[in-house]
Amino acid sequence: MDWILRFLVGGTIVSLFALVADVLKPKGFAGLFGAAPSVALATLSLTLASEGKLYAAMEARSMIAGAAALFLYALGCLYLIGMKHFKAAPTTLALLSIWVVGALGLWAAFLR
Amino acid sequence: MKIRINWAALRQVKWYEYLTRFLLGGLISVAAGLIAKAFGPSVGGLFLAFPAIFPASATLLDKHEREKKQRAGLPGTIRGRLAVGLDARGAAMGSLALAAFAGVIWKMLPHASSPAVLGAAFVLWIVLAIAIWRVRKLHVYLSRRPRRCRPR
Repeated sequence: MDWILRFLVGGTIVSLFALVADVLKPKGFAGLFGAAPSVALATLSLTLASEGKLYAAMEARSMIAGAAALFLYALGCLYLIGMKHFKAAPTTLALLSIWVVGALGLWAAFLR
Repeated sequence: MKIRINWAALRQVKWYEYLTRFLLGGLISVAAGLIAKAFGPSVGGLFLAFPAIFPASATLLDKHEREKKQRAGLPGTIRGRLAVGLDARGAAMGSLALAAFAGVIWKMLPHASSPAVLGAAFVLWIVLAIAIWRVRKLHVYLSRRPRRCRPR
């Protein structure tokens, strides 16, 4: 039941942020919502209820490394799609590996 | 440049595109929880900043911009990719604010009420993201402004 609730809350909050990004102009400004704390708000609020504050604070600490990896990922997308005009779908998917390597690398270096 | 709301953009989005975002958002929230359960909150927390819907949103943006140009009889491939580039630039700026959001929660959550901390962190994210965007716009404006020649 907890996982179904997590799925529904996560899906709803992420969709709402995506909706806000759809209607905002200019596109560069709407892009800010590509890094909105949608998953974090959904997950942390449920984690707080089930696991407590210290557990959620520990997740938030690691999230800083995740956000740094997201920065690298977004710069990669900007360079390869916006400047070198690579195809959007395969490039955004392939660059997810940059996020994984970046996030795990920062975790291993500073948070382990 | 002024920030505007374009409600007509909602009509461009198909029902299955809304469904895709909902499913991806739900799946990454569940995945983040499962990873935290299996490997601990230290690893699970990384996935709170996973770009869950960016690939789907970028692909849709590329498609919509391309179709808009093609309806006007123009090739839209480059236009679509430039729009995705702008979106990615925004996401890069937003991710800096996201790190501040996470930092506030990490430092303040053990000492203050949870709803207040989440609310304050979210307000900080909005304010900081907009400030970074504005500073970049100002920087671009100032760097493109022609320099005045002073008479000797």
